[in-house]
Amino acid sequence: MKHFTVASKAIALLFSAALLVACSGSDTKEEDEAAAAAAAAAAASASAAQSAQAAQGAAVSAEMAALEEAAASAGTVFYFEYDSANLTPEALDALNANIALLQRNNTNVRLEGHTDERGTREYNLALGEGRANSVREYMIASGIPGFRIETISFGEERPIAYGTGEANWSQNRRVELKLQ
Amino acid sequence: MKRLLTALMSITLAISTASAWAQLTIEISQGADNPTAIAVVPFAWQGVGVAPEEIASIVDGDLARSGQFAPIALADMLGNPTTEAEVFYRDWRSLSAEYLLIGRVSSEPSVLRVDYELFDVLRQAKVLTGYESGPASDARMLAHRVADAVYEKLTGVPGAFATKLLYISVDRVPGRNDYSRLTMSDSDGARPIVLFDTHEPLLTPTWSPDGKHIAYVSFETGRPAIYRQEIATGQREQLTNFSGLNSSPAWSPDGKTMAMVLSKDGNADIYLMDLATKKLTQLTRHYAIDTEPAWMPDGRSLLFTSDRGGKPQIYRYDLSSGKTDRVTYEGTYNARARVSQDGRSVVMVHQAEGRFHIAVLDLVTNRMQILTSTDLDESPSIAPNGSMVLYATKYQDRSILAAVAVDGEAKFRLPASKGDVREPAWSPYLAR
Repeated sequence: MKHFTVASKAIALLFSAALLVACSGSDTKEEDEAAAAAAAAAAASASAAQSAQAAQGAAVSAEMAALEEAAASAGTVFYFEYDSANLTPEALDALNANIALLQRNNTNVRLEGHTDERGTREYNLALGEGRANSVREYMIASGIPGFRIETISFGEERPIAYGTGEANWSQNRRVELKLQ
Repeated sequence: MKRLLTALMSITLAISTASAWAQLTIEISQGADNPTAIAVVPFAWQGVGVAPEEIASIVDGDLARSGQFAPIALADMLGNPTTEAEVFYRDWRSLSAEYLLIGRVSSEPSVLRVDYELFDVLRQAKVLTGYESGPASDARMLAHRVADAVYEKLTGVPGAFATKLLYISVDRVPGRNDYSRLTMSDSDGARPIVLFDTHEPLLTPTWSPDGKHIAYVSFETGRPAIYRQEIATGQREQLTNFSGLNSSPAWSPDGKTMAMVLSKDGNADIYLMDLATKKLTQLTRHYAIDTEPAWMPDGRSLLFTSDRGGKPQIYRYDLSSGKTDRVTYEGTYNARARVSQDGRSVVMVHQAEGRFHIAVLDLVTNRMQILTSTDLDESPSIAPNGSMVLYATKYQDRSILAAVAVDGEAKFRLPASKGDVREPAWSPYLAR
């Protein structure tokens, strides 16, 4: 008797599921009406929000402008010590200014890791990636979603300064943040 | 049709451009201590028309470049014998020549034949007779094979002159990315041919064990990927397209597997790709950088660079046990190992007192020897006979190729007439 109950319940469930599938496939008119209603509601709330936004607009754009200016003056290039992927205090300052802006917009970024010419090319390719990943991880920890961040390493293949010596090398050990 | 013509023209242009600009020249900067004096007499030309190449001068150049031979200057020679009957030993003894090489070049339609005879001047005896034949277009290769035979007879080690080099030449282009060309030349830098060119980074050219294919890393799609290319046809195949690093290709000695560096699972680790099935196996799994795999000649283990100990050092991964051992302890930076064919010598980039040199580690005695006195030396590549190491260095603010004997004695430079040259890769022995 008990077995019978379970079996009949299962059959009933399957049957109602089949019915649901059938309904969702055929009753398009009802769906259209629901969508239209939702759109109307959205439009109404949007126009309601619009006036509020307009009021806030000036304040927000002023704040954004300030953030953009701070990020621009901090620069989008973060420098590293020799054979290191650790973020220096100076790099963190510049990075934080950029993160403050990125937290407020939806821009995707690309982080390009570079090294100086010392050491081997393939090792430097991995080191450049380590630098880009250090910046990426810090950005994620600061609330920028990972899907907005792309990384690539050029190792020592794309120097800013072609000469030898620390004055040139220090310019080349870097991660460049590029807005996509 | 027009498109095909344009394509053909650009290939021709690339090749002729290479021969005009990127040809390497040889400057011997240091010879061995006691080089063997040898007289290489101009070979007699017995064919019709003009001889395709000065065979003897190519042989002469090969022997001189090894550092182990001191060729007698042409101007000092008292005679130009081309047959045994014309050899007067006293003429050569008076020049202190220890050996004498003479020869004759003949041509049948489309086939060139080089006959040569090597004499021991002191013992007044012929020690080697031989010939090489092949298409006239390959005259230089025939000359290199003669040099190989002479070298082997007199040193006991097979010669490696009839081999090829791969290297990357780079020109800076104002307002654009650097222009990189993957070039293949003879072992003396002659006959350069551009195999691939791009305005994106191009690195790590490497040979298949049969010398018929090459692999390299190209950023041509905007991201790094490993490509395999057949030399004869130019046919290319993109082997990898993973996120992150796709680099450091290294063919296994049996040619079936390629070791490579990928970072798709987090950071740089060593993987193996079965080239038939493209199936991947991850070898190293470490949060540190693992890169620059190089196969031991027996194919049972690989050397690689890792900074898991804090600084880059060479480690060895055993394929059957999966165990990793540290190989280098001397110096603060040891990277990019390449192993000699006998599995005994490992050449690498070694940092000592802040400068980057090429060093060789003897795996039997565990002795490390610094081979170079220049700075910023990189990309060592060892000749298939283990005699010379080719590498890249800085010279007068340009990147050039240079070579040093494995014993550190002979040295020479191969500067290009223009631009930077780097990442040399010496071919394996090539099939005839």
